[in-house]
Amino acid sequence: MDQDPINAAGPLRRLETMLLIRAYEDQLVELQRNGAPGTCTSVGQEACAVGVVEALDARDRIVSNHRSAGHLIARGADPHRLMAEVLGRVDGYCGGRSGSLHISARELGVVLTSTIVGGELSLAPGVALAQKMGKGEPGGIVAVFFGDGAACEGIFHEALNLAVHWQLPMLFVCENNQWQAFVHRLETMADTAIAEWARGHGLPVATVDGNDVEAVHDAAAAAVASIRATGRPQFLELSTYRQRGHFEPDDQAYVDPAELQVWLTRDPIRRQHERLLELGHIDAAGLAAMARRTRTRIETALAFAQASAWPAPDSLLEHVYA
Amino acid sequence: MTKTTRMNAEQAMHLALREEMQRDADVLLMGEGVATKQRDLVAAFGTDRVRNTPLAEAIIAGTAVGAAASGLRPVIDLLFAPFMAYAMDALVNSAGKLRYLSGGQFEFPLVAIGMTGTGWCVGAQHNHNLEAMFVHTPGLKVVMPAEPADFKGLLKAAIRDDNPVLFFADLALLHQEGEVPDADDFIVPLGKAALRRPGDDVTLVSYAKTVGVCLEAARQLEDQGISAEVIDLRSLKPLDEDAVLRSVRKTGRLVIVHEASGLCGIAAELAALAATKAFAALRAPVVRLTGPDAPMASSWVLEQTAVPKPEAVTDAVLELIAYDHSTPTWLGEALPAGSRSEEPVLMKAY
Repeated sequence: MDQDPINAAGPLRRLETMLLIRAYEDQLVELQRNGAPGTCTSVGQEACAVGVVEALDARDRIVSNHRSAGHLIARGADPHRLMAEVLGRVDGYCGGRSGSLHISARELGVVLTSTIVGGELSLAPGVALAQKMGKGEPGGIVAVFFGDGAACEGIFHEALNLAVHWQLPMLFVCENNQWQAFVHRLETMADTAIAEWARGHGLPVATVDGNDVEAVHDAAAAAVASIRATGRPQFLELSTYRQRGHFEPDDQAYVDPAELQVWLTRDPIRRQHERLLELGHIDAAGLAAMARRTRTRIETALAFAQASAWPAPDSLLEHVYA
Repeated sequence: MTKTTRMNAEQAMHLALREEMQRDADVLLMGEGVATKQRDLVAAFGTDRVRNTPLAEAIIAGTAVGAAASGLRPVIDLLFAPFMAYAMDALVNSAGKLRYLSGGQFEFPLVAIGMTGTGWCVGAQHNHNLEAMFVHTPGLKVVMPAEPADFKGLLKAAIRDDNPVLFFADLALLHQEGEVPDADDFIVPLGKAALRRPGDDVTLVSYAKTVGVCLEAARQLEDQGISAEVIDLRSLKPLDEDAVLRSVRKTGRLVIVHEASGLCGIAAELAALAATKAFAALRAPVVRLTGPDAPMASSWVLEQTAVPKPEAVTDAVLELIAYDHSTPTWLGEALPAGSRSEEPVLMKAY
């Protein structure tokens, strides 16, 4: 990370983006308590999204999964339209047809999202193939986000094999959040399996602390530069933790409280904020102002979403077929 | 006069692929062996556009979906239709749903080809007529041609369509020959049935190889003074409801014939259609002649027993003609699937 105070803009921006993601998802949890449609949050995984997405540029494409809020917001998605989508309103990115789970935003390059664990891995090589065959902007790559659960799907191996063999410009980003729906990953796989599997397929692999946004950003930037230069895929395994349950509401009765506590002390936002305080890039008042700004944005987004119209019932069959 | 060339269905499909790849540089072909078996396409269009793949249907289909959403028009050859079970997530959850779920942000112009059907004794894991599964899936279109010209014209239409299209090729028809129009703009539109034989007394509706069964039945019925109309659906989704209804309103009798099993199948859908929209015209119950709710056996005799035969069709029609509303019987139960004849009539393989 750049420790020159003059260049503190990047780390500060990343902190604010993580705060915005957290505020947005906290709001979704709150809405859910009041009967809004449920959601799969990425609380605790914000550094993965922000660190990787900030290393991409406008040429690049993102393929995401059901825990997509961080990827979307880091890419610049408007919380107003995200919130409207979650509430099923016409101003949502998908006109209310997606809800929180399958949001894609073509204008942002978040091109496809599958909630079927592993589905994103099946789609991403095709997006990259199109890039390679001249359908995207020159030099563009595809970043695909998935978790340790998807790594246990057969499609994980099919996608890696194809990407290596066809030399597809792809960044595989495994957000290893330790949980596969309601099962701890160590019940289903060897501890170091994911990186080893990727290496076995011939991909360069970096295993990174996924709760350190600067470490993630540095690793992602290096990988992206290499993919652009070589046209070949790379793999990032980001070690992180899903702080909330699989799907709201979830009492997390199956979670070991001691393990959760350890990971809460490694919270990515808290770490970035302590780091920036220590480096003198921000002070307590600055942090408070930043937190207020993000909360206000989300409050405004919620008001916008609640004021947005419901889709017309007679639009039910629009967009089934082209 | 349309210029035509005599060729079989497999050649007609190849011609369609070649013409469409020539016409549109975004069309690419992927699958296990597509480059190995079609060297002329590799020579003409290069290895970027004619791609052998790993034997991994899920990633073949997923890659096609991702590529289709990104501006390409992939055609994937999944070999045998039952292999599509491995590709279901990409075809059903992604290709069929992501346009809708994204609020229309993406189109998925792709074609997935699978062979199926009796005649080659390949057994149930290579022969399973699962077209109705895909008809039941929103966002997908489904075609299953019977004649070489339609293999060409429907495949070209499928490639040009902006939606995902499942193209089922009946194994037993692949080497049957017919006249195929030469014109490279020859298209058979999706959703249009073909009237194969006009008639007044009964409507026989079918698709793929059992169209031939119906035509043979119609010839036999003619000898008995009964005029049967034969409709080849060609497209199963969109379904040409008007063509079926127009005919049923004329004849008052409907027999639907297909090799796929009957439960929740195309015949069930058409029976419901007739009951809903042509009830007043029906002079007798609707009859479905379909394959059984059983996996396909490999043994020639068992395989052929599962297929509706012309004799079963003529028997059904004779019962319908004799049907009297004042003394109703349950025709469907009296008619087992398959043939009462001992000779396999569809293909003499050996």
